[in-house]
Parts: sequence; structure tokens; C-alpha cells
Amino acid sequence: MNTDTQKLIRAVTEADTSARMVSAVENLVAVKDTAAIPTLIAVFGYNNPAAAVIAVKGLIELGDAAVPQLLEQIDDYNYGARAYSIRTLAAIGNPQALELLLEAAATDFAPSVRRAAAKGLGCLRWQKLEDSERIEAQKKALATLFSITQDADWAIRYAAVVGLEELAKIPDLQQDIEAKFSQMRIEDAAIAVRARVALAQQVAS
Amino acid sequence: MIEPSAEQYTAENAPPLTPEQAIVNLKCSDLSLRYYAAWWLGKFRVNSPEVVEALILALEDEEDRTELGGYPLRRNAARALGKLSDNRAVPGLIKCLECSDFYVREAAAQSLEMLKDTRATPALLKLLEGGVAAAVKVPGRPHLIQPYEAVLEALGAIGATHTKDVIRPFLEHSVVRVQCAAARAMYQLTSEPEYGERLVQVLQNGDLKLRRMALSDLGAVGYIHAADKIASASVENSFKLIALKGLLENQFHDKDAIALDDETIKLMQLMDSLL
Repeated sequence: MNTDTQKLIRAVTEADTSARMVSAVENLVAVKDTAAIPTLIAVFGYNNPAAAVIAVKGLIELGDAAVPQLLEQIDDYNYGARAYSIRTLAAIGNPQALELLLEAAATDFAPSVRRAAAKGLGCLRWQKLEDSERIEAQKKALATLFSITQDADWAIRYAAVVGLEELAKIPDLQQDIEAKFSQMRIEDAAIAVRARVALAQQVAS
Repeated sequence: MIEPSAEQYTAENAPPLTPEQAIVNLKCSDLSLRYYAAWWLGKFRVNSPEVVEALILALEDEEDRTELGGYPLRRNAARALGKLSDNRAVPGLIKCLECSDFYVREAAAQSLEMLKDTRATPALLKLLEGGVAAAVKVPGRPHLIQPYEAVLEALGAIGATHTKDVIRPFLEHSVVRVQCAAARAMYQLTSEPEYGERLVQVLQNGDLKLRRMALSDLGAVGYIHAADKIASASVENSFKLIALKGLLENQFHDKDAIALDDETIKLMQLMDSLL
């Protein structure tokens, strides 16, 4: 590991105020070194939202290289940290995250985690998968998003619509999603969700 | 203002109820079952004439008393009636504004805010008598002498425009929550941006609870110019989403026909970014 990066990592672990943490994370992100990945993921658990947002951005820039560690280091005991991990994985869009996103969207107890996962299920880079895997994976994403369009929490349903809007770009799924949107546009109890469906329909047409 | 004992019964630690059983319990001799049933019927919005009538009767309950002279069953009945959207409850709730128990007055004002019935205006105004000078804390209690926040918000929700001059001085009250309630009401009554901006300023307050409250106020009044400030506020995304939802839904005057424009699309893009 580059000695500069080591120093910058130490600065993050030793930061004793919120402001020092933020600048230490900024400096570490700036070197764009994959050796920083575990430290950046650990920042999600420090209960410092400003630093966490910068760490998310840094990990997204590192992209696919960060995915295996993001998957391994997922924090099962801290839903705040977990939401940042899921948001990062969603933004990177590597389909290795599929199983985790499916589970998080359907079963996590924290709404923030479920919303991030639902959005993420729409925007995975499917072309990275083999043809046979891809069709299966897309079907699973569709089934999970359809199931949570029935959730009692309007914000989860809203996030499902955002995910489905992206999935609707896949020709094989388009028809089913349009039918679901038409139904939600009439039946959903929340005006905000119906409005988001209207926007998704407008984007699709 | 949160009443200390308000959440002592929760869905997890109480026996499961059905609407039928809750109605029976509301009239039974066990006071704790009655108290819980009143809460439950509101929570699950069991809106039948029988429930509303029984809850209206419970507003005059004399049996369930606390050591300090409070009326727990009346409080829960008043809270539940706000959620049932039946304006037959209005006269009983107006009467509750004169109850000796602060929390009954607060619950009644909150429910009258939800029912938005102009008949309540004179009785609400009465609680503001003496103005800011009279709006002081009760010694030894965690609340002011009247539920000012709830009263101000109710007058705003009801749209009692002639009460503006009474409400305006409360913008300078020493308690930030009361200031916010006044700003919220003034915005609802005048649509003048200066009152919305007062709420926006609270998003910079050092107290997270006040920032959350300001978000909820901005969402409730639908102050559209706050959208970006809401999205960037230092508060959990869940609260920001609810506030932006309020802004968005306020943009649709016809709740059945959804017409998208630049403003509503921008709001949804902000919401998408918070998922």
C-alpha cells in the first residue's frame, strides 16, 4: 500500500471531531486508491452523516472494485450503515449485488434500506451477466419490485415505482410493468405514488 | 408537546383487538380496557356511527382520573375522534377546550385541526386570550398554560383568516415550537412567503428535533419554495421524503387528475435522490 494512503487512512481512524472526520474522509477519497475501500465502508458506521455521504461518493467512484468488500462488510446490526452500503451498491450497479438487494428490498426491517434497495434493483448493469443468467436475474428483480408495490408504506411503493421505471427499459419486461403502472395509477392510495407512476409512464412513452 | 403516558399502551404489549371487541371494551367497566379501546379505534380508523357516538360520550367521562386530576379516557377519545373525520364530534371537542386537563385541551385542539370545522374558531381563539404575555409555562409542569401549538395550527388549518392579528404576535414567542406553529398558521392564512421562510430558517437550528418539526410543518403547508432546502437539510431522509410528499401533494388541486409540470417533476426528482 502506498504510504500516503496509509497516512490518510490513519487520519480517518484517529479523527476525534466530526469536522476532522469529514476532512480526513475527503482527503482519503481524493487519492482514489482501492486500499481505502475497507476504511471508507467503516465510515458508514461512525454515525457521521456528512462523512458517510463523502465515503459513498468515493466508493461509487472506485466502482466495481469496491463491490466484493461492500457485500462482505455489510453491517447486519446497524441499519444506518446498511442503508449507505445499499445506496452505494445501487449506484455502482454491479449485478453481483442482486441477491443482497432482493433480500434487502423484501425483508429488511429498516425502510431506508428497503427504499435504497428497491431503487437499486432497477439500475443494475444487466449486460455484465451471461444471457441465461440475465433473464433469471431480471425476473427476480421484477417479482420483488412487484411484490413491494403492495407495501403498506407509501415511500416503499414510491421506491418500487422508481425501480420499475428503470426495469421498463428492458423490452421483455415492458408490457408487464406498463400493466402494473396502469393499475397503480388508479388504485394506489397515495397521490404522491400515483404522481410518480404518471411520471414513469411519461418517461416510458 | 408529548404527554408522558400517551404511548404506554402499544400494539405489541396489548391484547389483539377486533373492531367488535374494541366497541364492547369501550363501554366495559375495566378502565384500562376502555382507555386502550379508544386509542385502538382511532389508530385503526374504525369509522362507524356507533364508535363515534361512544367516543363522544367518552369525552364526558368522569370515572377515569389521574392523581393530578387528568382525564386519560377523554384524552384518548378526543384524539381518536380527530382521526375519524366525523364532524358530529365537533361540539363535544369544542367543549373539551374548556377542560381542566391540559392534555384533553391539547388533544381536542389537534383533532379540531384535523376536522377543520369553522364552528371551533371562537373557542380556539379564547385559548389565546392574553396573547404572548399570558403564554407562559405552568410551574412544575412540562407545558405552557394552553396548548398554543395545537391551537395556532388548528386556526391555520381551519382557514380562520380573521384571526391573523391574534396569531401574528406568537411568531415572537420564546418557544421555537410555538413560533413555528404561528408561522405555519400565518402561511396557511396569507400564503405570504415570509412565513414559509421562517420555517425554512428553522432547518438550520442546532436541535435535530426542531429541524424535523420544521420539515413536517413545511410539508403540511406545502411551501413549494422550500424544496431544495428540504432536500439538503441535515435530517434523516425519511423525514425529508415526507415533507417533499407534502409539497408534491399540495401541488395537485384536483386529487383525481394528476397533471405533471416542471415543478412537480422537480419535486419527484428530489425525492428519487433521497431513496
